[in-house]
Amino acid sequence: MTLPALATLGLEKRFGSLVVASDINLTIPHGVRYALIGPNGAGKTTLINLITGMLRPDAGRILLADADITRFKPYARVKQGLVRTFQINTLFPHLNALEAVTLAVCERHGVAGTWWKPLSAYGEAVAEAYAILETLTLATNCYRLTRELAYGHQRLLEIALALATRPKVLLLDEPAAGVPREESTELFAAIAGLSKDITVLFIEHDMDLVFRFASRIIVMVGGRILAEGTPQEIAADARVREVYLGGDAR
Amino acid sequence: MTASAGATLEPNSHLKARAQWHPLEIAFWLSTLLPFVLFPHHLVLASQIAITALFALSLDLILGYAGIVSLGHAAFFGLGAYTAGIVSKYGWTEPLLGLLIAPAVAGLAGYASSFIIARFSHLTLIMITLGLGVLLHEAANRAEWLTGGSDGLQGVRIGPLLGTFRFDLYGYTAYAYSLTVLFLVFLLMRRLINSPFGLALRGIRENRTRMPAIGAPSHAHIRKIYTIAAMIAGIAGAVLAHTTSTVSLGVLDFQRSAEVLIILVLGGAGRIYGGLVGAIIFMVARDQFSGIAPQYWYFWIGALLVTVVMLLPNGILGGAAALTRRWRGLTP
Repeated sequence: MTLPALATLGLEKRFGSLVVASDINLTIPHGVRYALIGPNGAGKTTLINLITGMLRPDAGRILLADADITRFKPYARVKQGLVRTFQINTLFPHLNALEAVTLAVCERHGVAGTWWKPLSAYGEAVAEAYAILETLTLATNCYRLTRELAYGHQRLLEIALALATRPKVLLLDEPAAGVPREESTELFAAIAGLSKDITVLFIEHDMDLVFRFASRIIVMVGGRILAEGTPQEIAADARVREVYLGGDAR
Repeated sequence: MTASAGATLEPNSHLKARAQWHPLEIAFWLSTLLPFVLFPHHLVLASQIAITALFALSLDLILGYAGIVSLGHAAFFGLGAYTAGIVSKYGWTEPLLGLLIAPAVAGLAGYASSFIIARFSHLTLIMITLGLGVLLHEAANRAEWLTGGSDGLQGVRIGPLLGTFRFDLYGYTAYAYSLTVLFLVFLLMRRLINSPFGLALRGIRENRTRMPAIGAPSHAHIRKIYTIAAMIAGIAGAVLAHTTSTVSLGVLDFQRSAEVLIILVLGGAGRIYGGLVGAIIFMVARDQFSGIAPQYWYFWIGALLVTVVMLLPNGILGGAAALTRRWRGLTP
C-alpha cells in the first residue's frame, strides 16, 4: 500500500469555546481530485489554514507523504510541496504577473536571497514563469500590474503562483469565488488539466462543478467531517442530503 | 503566438531593459560633479546633501522596497558616527578604517534588532523602531565616558584621507569623499534592487501574508535587508563624523529619523532616486528657508511636505513618472 499524499490525524482547533475543527481525520491518496464542501461556517477554510500552518492546531498531526509537518512553518510546508491558494485574492498588487510568478519560481530554486546578480541572469526561472502563465492563458497580460488585471485573470494568477512552487498537494480555497458562471467552468477545466501528479483538494459551493470535477468529496459540518466518498456515495448519503444538499434542492 | 524561442527570450529581455542605465541617470550622476565648478563655496552643503542622500537610500531599502516603516533609523546612523569618531579619537585618524568598522557595528545592531523587526508590522513596528531609537539616544547620553554625553564626543581628529587628502575648510575633500561613498553604495544598491532578492523585497512590501504561501522565508529576507540598511546608515554616519570632525548626540536624534522619512516621502519611496532627489530638495530648501527666516524655517518644510503628499502621493519622482506615462500615452 502506498502512502497517502496528505493525511491528518485527530486535528483539533478551538477559538475559546467555539470548536472550529474537531477530530479531523483525512487520508488523501496521491493524484486524486478532492472537493471539500459544507455550509458556510463549517470550518473549510479553517481546515486549510490548519493544514498549511497559518493556524496552529490544538491537537493532532499533519502528514505530508512520510513527513510529519505539524510543526513546520508555513513557508517550509510550501517547500515540501504543500501549497494553497486563497478565497480572496491575496496577490502582489504592484508586481506584474511575470514578476510575481518569477518570484515564486526563484523561491523554489532557492535563489531569492541572491542580491548581487541581476534577475535577468536567471533566464530559466523567468522562462519557467512565463510558461506557467502561458498554460493559464495569462501570457499576453504578463507585463501588466496585478492590480490592473481583470478579476478572472487575478483568480488565475492565484493558481499560477501556486503552480510555480511545484506543488505535490494543492489546496484551492474557492478558486472560482466571484467568477461568473461561464468563466468558472473554464477555470475548473484548467484545474482538471493539471498534471495527475498533483493531488488537488478544492473548496467549492457550486454543486455542478463539484460533481463534474471531483473524484471524491468530503462534507464538513460544524467543524467535523460528516461524510467522505465518491460523488455517487455523497449524493446518496441521507445525512448529507439532510444537512446540506437538502437546502440546495437541485 | 510567436515562435517558442521568442517566447522564452522576450520576458527576460523585458527584465534586462528595466535594469539598464537610463540616459537621465548618467546625466544625474555627471551633474553631481557640477558643485565643484559652479558652487565651490557650497561644497560643505553639497557634502551634507550627499550624506543625507546616503542615509535616505538606506531607509528606502527597508521602507520603500520592503515596506518596513521605521521611525528610529537614526540609531544606525548614530552608531556609525560614534564608531567612526571613537576610532579616530583613539589614534587611528585615517578615515577608511572607521568607514569599515562603522557599518560592522551598525550592521551588528541592525541584525540583533531585526529579529524583533521581522515579527511585527504597521503601528507596532513604528513604535518599536521609535522606542529602540530613543533607547539608544538615552544610552549614548548616559555613557559619557564613551560618547561625551550631551557635550558630544571630544577629541575627534580626522587625518588626511588615504594619508594624502586633508579635509579642507571649503569642503573639496569632504564632498569628493562623501560623493564617492554615495556613488559606490548606490551602485551596490542598484544591483540589489534589480536582483531576485530585490524582487522578494517588493513581494514583502506588496503582500506579507502571501509570501510564505509561495515558499518565501520572509522573516529571513527581512532580517537580511534590515541588516544591510543598518550598515549603509552606519556608513552615512561615519562619513558625517569624518567630514565634520565632530560627533554630537544629534546624530541619534529622533528628529533625524523623522527628517529622513520626510525626505524619502518627498522624493518618492521605493524609487532608487527618490532618496537622492528628496535629499537635494530638503537640504537646499532648509538652507534657503533658514536664510530667509532663521526661526521659522521648519514652518516652510512642513508646508512643503503637506503640499507634496497632497498633490503627489508617490513623491516628486512618483509624480514625474505618472506625468511621463500620461505623456507617452498621448503620443502614439
